[in-house]
Amino acid sequence: MSEASQTLDAGITTNPRVWLRGVWRGIWTNGLFAAVAWAAAALVTVSLPDVVPWGSAGLFAAITATGAAVLIFLALAVHHLGRFGETVVHYGPWLIAVGVWLTFWELTTAKFGWLPKPFFSPPHGLLHVYVSETQRLLICIGYTLRLWSLGFVSGIIVGYGAGVALGWSKTFSYWGMPVLKLIGPVPATAWIPCTFFFFPTTFAASVFIVALASGIPVAILTSSGVASVNRSYYDVGRNLGADNRYLIAKIAVPASLPHVFVGLFMGLYYSFAVLVVAEMLGAKYGLGWYIQFQTAYSGYANVYATLLIMAAICAGLVKLLFIARDRLLGWQKGFI
Amino acid sequence: MAPGHAALRVARPDVARSVAVTVHGVSHAFELAGSHLPVLDSIELSVAAGEFIAVLGPSGCGKSTLLRLISGLEQPSAGTISADGLPINGPDPSRILVFQDPTLFPWATVWNNVATGLDARGVLAHERWRVNAALDLVGLRAFARAYPHQLSGGMAQRAALARALVNDPGLLLLDEPLAKLDSLTRLSLQAELVALWRSARFTAILVTHDVEEALLLASRIIVLSERPARIKAEFQFERPYPRHRDEPELIALRRRILETLGLAT
Repeated sequence: MSEASQTLDAGITTNPRVWLRGVWRGIWTNGLFAAVAWAAAALVTVSLPDVVPWGSAGLFAAITATGAAVLIFLALAVHHLGRFGETVVHYGPWLIAVGVWLTFWELTTAKFGWLPKPFFSPPHGLLHVYVSETQRLLICIGYTLRLWSLGFVSGIIVGYGAGVALGWSKTFSYWGMPVLKLIGPVPATAWIPCTFFFFPTTFAASVFIVALASGIPVAILTSSGVASVNRSYYDVGRNLGADNRYLIAKIAVPASLPHVFVGLFMGLYYSFAVLVVAEMLGAKYGLGWYIQFQTAYSGYANVYATLLIMAAICAGLVKLLFIARDRLLGWQKGFI
Repeated sequence: MAPGHAALRVARPDVARSVAVTVHGVSHAFELAGSHLPVLDSIELSVAAGEFIAVLGPSGCGKSTLLRLISGLEQPSAGTISADGLPINGPDPSRILVFQDPTLFPWATVWNNVATGLDARGVLAHERWRVNAALDLVGLRAFARAYPHQLSGGMAQRAALARALVNDPGLLLLDEPLAKLDSLTRLSLQAELVALWRSARFTAILVTHDVEEALLLASRIIVLSERPARIKAEFQFERPYPRHRDEPELIALRRRILETLGLAT
């Protein structure tokens, strides 16, 4: 054994300060802070009484306490978890903030009553909504997704087709653009009276309103995308023997795809914004309908809980759209 | 015909090779914001099948317009242009224009870009080997699956050449195709162009502002005047390929051409 390694061994075994420093370096300190914050949320929830009972306080404390326990484990083990560990470390500051926010939220609402019932709800109040209304909320999610997907899909198909025609054909553009510019800024809700007259069922009318909200931005951006395609691409295509169909399908469509995706993102947000209104039209279920129903009865905790679900669904769909965009527009990398 | 056999020829032997071009009394003008802008004035030009000619002229004089008219992408205001005696009424894959920018489709791989002409005419399924042969011809086989943004300027222009050559053009219209490349890449591509032309024997019309490039590649040089462009002078010369820029005959000719352009010192 060499002299150097002997002194190293001796250092580890005989100097506890060096040893402690080594252990401390292996610990993810942000994880410890996050665990403390989450534990505080759990402690506050169980140890202080609610000003007005909300229910599910025990469950919420159990969940946050479990979160704290997991965070302690992660604080010790995160450096051995590879890429997952790196992601967790990246979100460390957020995990701390969430713990602090939950504690603060509990204190200001349920515990001290500064933000009173029914206008505000503590986190365990929202949890109680999910626990007690599970079945109804699941049905509402199903109904809303059915309405949204029918409206969004039909809206973007029609909007896309119209956009390609408007961007490609001078005649279409002459007649269509002024109309589109006129109806584009009109809020989809303004069409409710007409839709009642034209559509056989209120469900069809709701689908139409969602379709309109998602289709118009897609149409506008697709047409501007098709119209702004580099003319030289068409020259190349024509020179190589392409007919109009080929120019549209193989040049105009792929070249305008970046614009189309901007339209799809806008359409997605607009369609969610009008969902609540669209579900005013004689719906019996649906998240929008549920929000209105609960607003009428001052069930604001239920409203917040439902809004959270809608936000989560919207964020999930945005994420899916991003994945689709990255797959289809991989060729753009290096351009951006 | 086996692909391997076609190492230097994308063509099938039964396809007609080069095209002769006749430009007769061609004038052309643009209508820009209400004003009449004549760009070409009574151009008379005939190019024999298999000839390599270069068109020189001051910038903005209408050289590119002449190529667009010959390609058929635009119709002249007056006069006729014919290919092998038949009037040109529209673009055709037998006469291909190669632009200063490679104008590759950024959403398609190099292979798919090169395949465009065959795909557009619906013959790609039977003639996939020609795409590979064209890529071999310009040395880009290894980059078949790359996207245009991954190519250097010289590689992109070679891909654009392959996209033209895969269609067996009888006439290649080159609109300053090397102007934007760095000088070393330009030199190597000039040599490649000569080699391609000598093996495939298409007719070539090269528009350039580089006198030296014209002298290295062409056997006849047309000098155009300021806009509206007329043919100001013609220089015919026979030198064997590959040429060197320091050949005394070419240096003497270069001086005469620069004088014609009003640039001699």
